[in-house]
Amino acid sequence: MTHRKDAWWIAPFLTVLGFGAFIVYTTWAALQGEHYWYGSYLSPFYSPLLFIDSSAAGAAPLEHAWFGSWPTWWPAMLPSSPALFILMFPGVFRFTCYYYRKAYYRSFVGTPPACAVGALPRKSYLGETALLLFQNFHRYALYPAIAFVFILYYDAVLAFFHDGRFGIGVGTVILLTNATLLGCYTFGCHSFRHLVGGRLNCFSCDKQTQLRYGTWKRVSCLNERHMMWAWISLFWVGFSDLYVRLCSMGIIHDFNTWGF
Amino acid sequence: MAKRIFNIWRGDATGGRFVEYHTDVDTGMVVLDVVHRIQAEQAGDLSCRWNCKAGKCGSCSMEIDGKPRLACMTRMDTFSPSATVTLQPLRAFPILKDLVTDVSWNYQQNKRIPPFRPRPRDADGRYRMQQIDVDRIQEFRKCIECFMCQDVCHVLRDHSRFDTFVGPRFMIRLASLAMHPLDALDRIPAVRKEFGSGMCNITKCCTEVCPEQISITDNGIIPLKERVVDRFFDPLMWVKRNLLRRSA
Ligand code: SF4
Ligand code: SF4
Ligand code: FES
Ligand code: FES
Repeated sequence: MTHRKDAWWIAPFLTVLGFGAFIVYTTWAALQGEHYWYGSYLSPFYSPLLFIDSSAAGAAPLEHAWFGSWPTWWPAMLPSSPALFILMFPGVFRFTCYYYRKAYYRSFVGTPPACAVGALPRKSYLGETALLLFQNFHRYALYPAIAFVFILYYDAVLAFFHDGRFGIGVGTVILLTNATLLGCYTFGCHSFRHLVGGRLNCFSCDKQTQLRYGTWKRVSCLNERHMMWAWISLFWVGFSDLYVRLCSMGIIHDFNTWGF
Repeated sequence: MAKRIFNIWRGDATGGRFVEYHTDVDTGMVVLDVVHRIQAEQAGDLSCRWNCKAGKCGSCSMEIDGKPRLACMTRMDTFSPSATVTLQPLRAFPILKDLVTDVSWNYQQNKRIPPFRPRPRDADGRYRMQQIDVDRIQEFRKCIECFMCQDVCHVLRDHSRFDTFVGPRFMIRLASLAMHPLDALDRIPAVRKEFGSGMCNITKCCTEVCPEQISITDNGIIPLKERVVDRFFDPLMWVKRNLLRRSA
């Protein structure tokens, strides 16, 4: 299969571990439907809050819901978790991301597992034609993802105000970092890079294209490290949820200037 | 000094096998020097292709310990002294003899690409373009046609889809034409249909092996794929093109 002598399997192995751990944790956390709120901190897995079931432990106050209290039409067999409404948006965005595609094509599907290592045998290889054509809609997953960055910034700013009093806590720093890391990931997106300027052939032609060139250059800086931002932001968003959750459950204590 | 061990593939189109050679390695030697020493001292009929010994002609591509590398740029001090070094011809292309493969398929692909077709000159008879418009393209001009990206691309290497995909080297040639501020030919339909951009699954092995560090996937193939999306898959772009009659 290969004559490579280095440990080529480490990267796909770590990828499977990393994604596996994230998927398991996210699914678990999303199904909880409780302990996503602490003080003024909202877990990023639960933002925006479309509806709130106030009877859940560690739920956000009802005034934070965009559309009010938990809908009665919600099937009883599903947990009343606000995360279930929104997680598919970042989920689809990451799933169709050019970097994640590379990562899971390699480590989960083995086309190929590593460079110059034989691809896992399959009947026919069609690449991203046929079934995988849907990957071409990545830019439509990008648009909501951009909105999410702003929503998470908004949450992070709100987190600085507890009962109307300004303050700073470990949680505010975590949430602000989270929005920033997600911003670095989202604004380094290949589709974004294309749309802001990459699709032009003449950057110098007029004022507008020159402006787009400047934006394209900046997006390219983030784009060069897209894989790094993908991993760090993935880890941090999970960590942010865990932090809020553990505070809300009373397992850890948040150091803050409000003194609670 | 203890002799170093090399496992070199010997044979031709009808078949072959690995042969072990023991030879001295001096300070500063690269793999190509070793091949030459073995040629001179032990196997006069050992074939290998080379030209510049400076990483600029792209002739000496071979698979060293299983990965495509330029033999003239692979220093012997990057291997542990006790390790056996394996040398093989590029796997994706037909073998001529020993370490030499027939890469002519690549030249045929190159011929399929319609050449640069400039738009009409400006009124004063000149062509104008700015450096910022061609920076992107100049990255692709660094290509030395070593064809290691073609060799490592699993679409060609493992799935033998030589009929549907031109390979990364020619995707960046297409990108350099499609992004050219003066080129007037619409190349996007052919990028998708004739040259097979959809076959690439952006797993980036081409980028990993490119000796010129060209960001083949990020700067060449993905931008082309995005242009294909503009043209064939994005309903908003369709509206812009067809209903608003704006270029999209
Ligand atoms: S990124 Fe595409 S062109 Fe490059 S090696 Fe992978 S499949 Fe081939
Ligand atoms: S793109 Fe890089 S790897 Fe491919 S032929 Fe050119 S120099 Fe070689
Ligand atoms: S390419 Fe990774 S987010 Fe768009
Ligand atoms: S001999 Fe020219 S690149 Fe190695």
